Amino acid sequence: MHVVTRGTGSRRPAGSSRRPIGLAAGLVAGALGLAAPAAAQEISDDVVKIGIMNDRSGVYADTAGEGSVVAAGLAVEDFGGTVLGKPVEIISADHQNKADIGSNIAREWYDTQQVDAIMDLTTSSVALAVQGLSREKKKITMTTGGGSTVIAGAQCSPYGFHWAYNTRALSQGTAGSLVEGGDDSWFFLTADYTFGDSLQGEATKVIEEKGGTVLGAARHPLATNDFSSFMLQAQGSGAKVIGLANAGLDTANAVKAATEFGLVASGQKVAALLFTLAEVKGLGIEAAQGLNLTEGWYWDQSNENREFAKRYMAKFGKMPNMIHVGTYSAVLQYLKAIDAAGTDATEAVAKKLHEMPVEDLFAKNGKVLPNGRMVYDMYLFRVKTPDQSKGEWDLYEEVATVPGDVAYGTVEESGCDVSTFPQD
Amino acid sequence: MTMIFGIALPALLGQLLIGFINGSFYALLSLGLAVIFGLLRVINFAHGAQYMLGAFTAYLLLVHTGIGFWPALVVAPLIVAAISALIERTMLSRLYDLDHLYGLLFTFGLALIIEGTFRWYYGAAGQPYATPQLLSGGTNLGFMFLPNYRGFVVVASIVICLAVWLLIEKTRLGAYLRAATENPQLVQAFGVNVPLLLTLTYALGAGLAGLAGVLAAPIYQVSPLMGSNLIIIVFAVVVIGGMGSIGGAIITGYVLGILEGLTKVFYPEASNIVVFVIMAIVLMLRPAGLFGKEI
Repeated sequence: MHVVTRGTGSRRPAGSSRRPIGLAAGLVAGALGLAAPAAAQEISDDVVKIGIMNDRSGVYADTAGEGSVVAAGLAVEDFGGTVLGKPVEIISADHQNKADIGSNIAREWYDTQQVDAIMDLTTSSVALAVQGLSREKKKITMTTGGGSTVIAGAQCSPYGFHWAYNTRALSQGTAGSLVEGGDDSWFFLTADYTFGDSLQGEATKVIEEKGGTVLGAARHPLATNDFSSFMLQAQGSGAKVIGLANAGLDTANAVKAATEFGLVASGQKVAALLFTLAEVKGLGIEAAQGLNLTEGWYWDQSNENREFAKRYMAKFGKMPNMIHVGTYSAVLQYLKAIDAAGTDATEAVAKKLHEMPVEDLFAKNGKVLPNGRMVYDMYLFRVKTPDQSKGEWDLYEEVATVPGDVAYGTVEESGCDVSTFPQD
Repeated sequence: MTMIFGIALPALLGQLLIGFINGSFYALLSLGLAVIFGLLRVINFAHGAQYMLGAFTAYLLLVHTGIGFWPALVVAPLIVAAISALIERTMLSRLYDLDHLYGLLFTFGLALIIEGTFRWYYGAAGQPYATPQLLSGGTNLGFMFLPNYRGFVVVASIVICLAVWLLIEKTRLGAYLRAATENPQLVQAFGVNVPLLLTLTYALGAGLAGLAGVLAAPIYQVSPLMGSNLIIIVFAVVVIGGMGSIGGAIITGYVLGILEGLTKVFYPEASNIVVFVIMAIVLMLRPAGLFGKEI
């Protein structure tokens, strides 16, 4: 029982700054409700409630965390605060990277808090648990934080959508592009658990397909303090690229050790298979320079992006990464789908989400496959050197674009059996 | 090329040296723990948090006041020691008469509070701390590329460990300390201020953790979680060395660092359990630890 209490205890409203908007939205909604009673009846409980569930205190608190809640709030703001004349509310909770806690929160949200959809879902194990529960309860999930291909693969759901990235796209982006550029021999440092394995496996597939070779791998326990020993092994392998199939602090410490032990200076490249702007900033440009990584969004790519980043910065004091902006896009698209469907009933909204193209500041020409995978272009970035960087957040240079179809593959490749989905 | 168990000799030498470097941190941290346990009989679970505090103090000094690595090496441990002395005086000292378990629970709770607070303010990804200019770069030793800073850490750690050991085992102050823990009433009767001695001891142990934190800052991310990642291993080191044996803690720290380094070469998956396997074996054969006294 205490598990439930812990989960709810850390939940907070979306942030005091959005409260007035919610209130105003409520008033407007009330007025509109009087004017258009027919449309308003289509929203259950007279409110559209979106739950942002992620890690708010652990290793991924910067990768997703409060930033996703801020981004979701901006999406509601951009949509106008109401949908079909009813207010939109964002709530959030900390799943502590534990699947059981995540499921309990989701259950409580659906059963007693009238939550209509859950988003972000950092950490694949939690994403899968919540998506499974949501399928049972016929609720929509839009995963932006979790990265396993299984989410829209073997364990796909007719109401589950996978929005920002997955391990396949990261491998295609980082490994594929580097091998094509001639960096064809690899040595992996792999976190010794499912996520690391699948990341290394996906990347190896790509490297070998493109004619490269994997010279070896060292598997380290999760939360390793010191990577210097592995750096010596990587150095000894003579590989052109050291691929980091790990995440969070492990990757940061590995990158730091690679710089310290002169791997980067001697011409070996370091490629992180899951690393975002939040971690690069935390690591510092000195240590992260030259690092290759794949993301789906960067604030300095266009005027539209810069403008959004400025608004986000004003609210949160940091720049967003692809998970944060992915959550923005997911919330926006969800509201658009409700608007198009004329109801917030799960099946109708899911149908619209599958049909509608995704066109916002996050994804250009985005489309949603029948397995729920949102397909859009990804980018390979290289972290700038301190000399190239002109500002605190001027961290990436764009190296290559990875077309969405290449990055995400087909429904057949995903292993999702869409024939089990309810047909209409 | 000479091969040993299928590993080239230069590679093996490199790994041994790296193990020795990691052992330096273990030795420094377990030294502080052993001092606190040996003299106060407190199982200081806040040691990892104090290590983290040392690193963060160095980071905050740099960011907010521009105080660099070298002054921080002295100032940050003093700040950590002062904070810890305050905690000992106002809270921990009230628990001395109770079961050891209370001290353990108190320091464990304290660690959670400190780490949680820092995580709230600084996030989990950690903050960067640059290597001091003087020690940046590295030296090619022939069999490996040794970053200068790591070399410095080894030397600093040996000097500090030796100094603390001499302080406690060979000086008059150390003799007072040891006497005060054997029989506080008697020592007090001789006119020695025992509570003050105990406060100083706790501050010394915590200050050592803080010092290790400052030394670790340029190598690892300055992160709220950095202490909790390390503390369990350090506890194992102290247990293997023998609870309260200061010399034992130092030697065991270095030896286990090297053994762990070798494990990373031959079977990396086991590198985070090898210390505990050794602990289990030692506890079975010598329950008081390698250098501990049977009670």
